[in-house]
Amino acid sequence: MAILSFEELINKCENENKKIYEIALEEESKIQDETFDVIKIRTLETLLAMKDAIKSGLLSNEKSISNWCGDDCEKLQKGYQTKGSILGKIFEKITTYALATAEENLRMGRIVACPTAGSCGIVPSVIIAVAEEKNISETEQLNGLITAGLTGLIVSNKVQLAGAVAGCQAECGVASAMAAAALTQMMGGDNNEIIQATSLALKNILGLTCDPVCGLVEVPCIKRNAFLAIHAVTASELALCGVESKIPLDEIVDTLKITGQLMSPLLKETSQGGLAKTKTAIELEKKLFNNK
Amino acid sequence: MEQKSIFSVISPIMVGPSSSHTAGAVRLGLMARNIYNNPFSKVKFILYNSFATTGFGHGTDKGLLAGILGYQVDDSSIKNIFETVKNIEYSYDYIQDISRHPNSVDIIIDDKMTISGDSVGAGEIRINSINGFNTDINGSYDTLLLMYKDKPGMISTVSEIIQKQKVNIASLHCGRSSKGGQASMYIALDIPIGDDVVEKVKNIKDVYFVTNIRKLK
Repeated sequence: MAILSFEELINKCENENKKIYEIALEEESKIQDETFDVIKIRTLETLLAMKDAIKSGLLSNEKSISNWCGDDCEKLQKGYQTKGSILGKIFEKITTYALATAEENLRMGRIVACPTAGSCGIVPSVIIAVAEEKNISETEQLNGLITAGLTGLIVSNKVQLAGAVAGCQAECGVASAMAAAALTQMMGGDNNEIIQATSLALKNILGLTCDPVCGLVEVPCIKRNAFLAIHAVTASELALCGVESKIPLDEIVDTLKITGQLMSPLLKETSQGGLAKTKTAIELEKKLFNNK
Repeated sequence: MEQKSIFSVISPIMVGPSSSHTAGAVRLGLMARNIYNNPFSKVKFILYNSFATTGFGHGTDKGLLAGILGYQVDDSSIKNIFETVKNIEYSYDYIQDISRHPNSVDIIIDDKMTISGDSVGAGEIRINSINGFNTDINGSYDTLLLMYKDKPGMISTVSEIIQKQKVNIASLHCGRSSKGGQASMYIALDIPIGDDVVEKVKNIKDVYFVTNIRKLK
């Protein structure tokens, strides 16, 4: 992608008087040597695969190999149905869809990595739940997803999006920033509001480690998808009200990268530290390997 | 810098649970399959660092094997690969080596070829070396790889053959072990070349290995 920084992106948008998704379509069409329609169809296939993963996830309560996880989405559906929730329908749908997708992932089911599989529930849950509740058109959902794609891509040009390289801030954190960008686009935000939402989401997850128990994408990964989906909504709400990040987005991305470098390898997807080395995690590990 | 697509962050559509450890593993296996490009009966995987530590939990072992057998990243049957694989002898080793990338593997096929690669995040991969020769192949281009005795004129001979097919060369890299020693060249192409072209390259004097590596889907 020719656009290597958010500053460049903002300038290009201003000079050409275009939205971020329009620039993304143009750039993507150039590098793939394909028409806008082909890119849109591929984006639609991605969106449909996200919807399928949610559907499968909502219907299943199959546990993972470890037998630790797999039925939390079912709990949410039953709980919300009988007791409702504090924040209402959109909150219920986002958290349910996030867990549906993340649980489908741990069953080795078919999902869309966005940007990674461990963080696969965040962008879809926000886009699809809000679209359903606010009657947002498919075209606008695609514009949101394309906006998310370009923001994630610019981050990935600077830092590899892998827990093993920069911790969970580079996976669920970046997913949340992408979801904030998508949502702000879908809610009619301007380019600055989209960039601010992305900034606020990313800034507020810096330092997040990757310490999965026994190396499985389960604890704390699955539930974290629901938390960081809601985190994206917070960022978007603030940005749409005009709240701005004091630190520009490019500098936040640089900080994420440096923080990843400073992070101990014990906390970067090696399961040698953090939650993975708690007393309970060690007991779970023993049980798991004894049962194998 | 190679321009990347937005689909590097909003895909692949894949089976879980980890893009780097599952989809990346399948893609590394698929690339090894494309590079070797011949039937095989034995494969050994050496997993490094995070691949070694957490590979079991992420299905890295299943993914690598499925990939080399030709399964795509969104194939739901990868889950049961150990129950379905037949007629292939496979094994795994686990090593910690901080000089290697956190998610790294050596794939040794039929004791003849060693392919080393990394899973660099979001399902993206990089093949770093083939039989000890440094490469930088990410699977996004059809690539012609050849090994030959280092001597003047080889680049022009090969590029002339490709040019005659009206195929554009996206990039070309070469290296050698020593002057007059073993050399390697890999050429990324905008469109794939046919087997007849590969045959022509094979027939060049002092070329002893050629493979036409198809890009990943």
